[in-house]
Amino acid sequence: MGKIYFKKSSKEELNNQLRPKKETIEFLLSYSKALNVIEYKEMKFETLLN
Amino acid sequence: MNNTKVTDASLVRDYLDGNENALGALINRHQHRIYSFIFSKVYDRDISEDIFQDTFIKVIRTLRRGKYNEEGKFLPWVMRIAHNLVIDHFRRNKRMPKFDNRGDFNIFSVLSDDSLNAERQLIKDQIESDVQELIKELPEDQLEVLTMRIYKDMSFKEISERTGVSINTALGRMRYALINLRKIIEKRNLILTN
Repeated sequence: MGKIYFKKSSKEELNNQLRPKKETIEFLLSYSKALNVIEYKEMKFETLLN
Repeated sequence: MNNTKVTDASLVRDYLDGNENALGALINRHQHRIYSFIFSKVYDRDISEDIFQDTFIKVIRTLRRGKYNEEGKFLPWVMRIAHNLVIDHFRRNKRMPKFDNRGDFNIFSVLSDDSLNAERQLIKDQIESDVQELIKELPEDQLEVLTMRIYKDMSFKEISERTGVSINTALGRMRYALINLRKIIEKRNLILTN
């Protein structure tokens, strides 16, 4: 009986699942590592290293 | 690293000093909140994923270009970027509406082919020829007005000028023509629908 009350509602479960995929976060971290900003005089250039 | 003790501002500083792990910590700390916010607006996992990614690409670029002004408001700033990207997404979709054909929703309930198929065209032709036969049973004056109005597409003013009666009389004749036509259809037990 207690299990029924303590079972998470589907809304709650959905809420916990609301996270980006692992791949997305890995991509962002890789993007950050690859991004290089070069300053030249007053200009800034972005380059992405492979 | 204990995330609860390190402030966002400190993580941003670490990141700008070259510590990539600080970015990971920032993303981990706020991913749920930002992703939930985006999902609550767009209700689509894939689009949420894209907007989340674009949000942090913008965050990374701004930070690396040294354009971020730290005022202890990292999360509100990221949320604002996400919010703007959600708005951009809806603006783009407004220009190019997209319909997903999945679940109970059927694309053909929105897009329909107005032209009749062969069967419906046959039924329509049949109804029109039946009606043409039926109106012949109407009194001459009513038949005249109905023919001019429906088949010749004349206005009641033109009908009144052509038949030499007032507009009100022409209107009255049209009204009685329709009433009588209904009576004839009823009497013959006809069903004239497509």
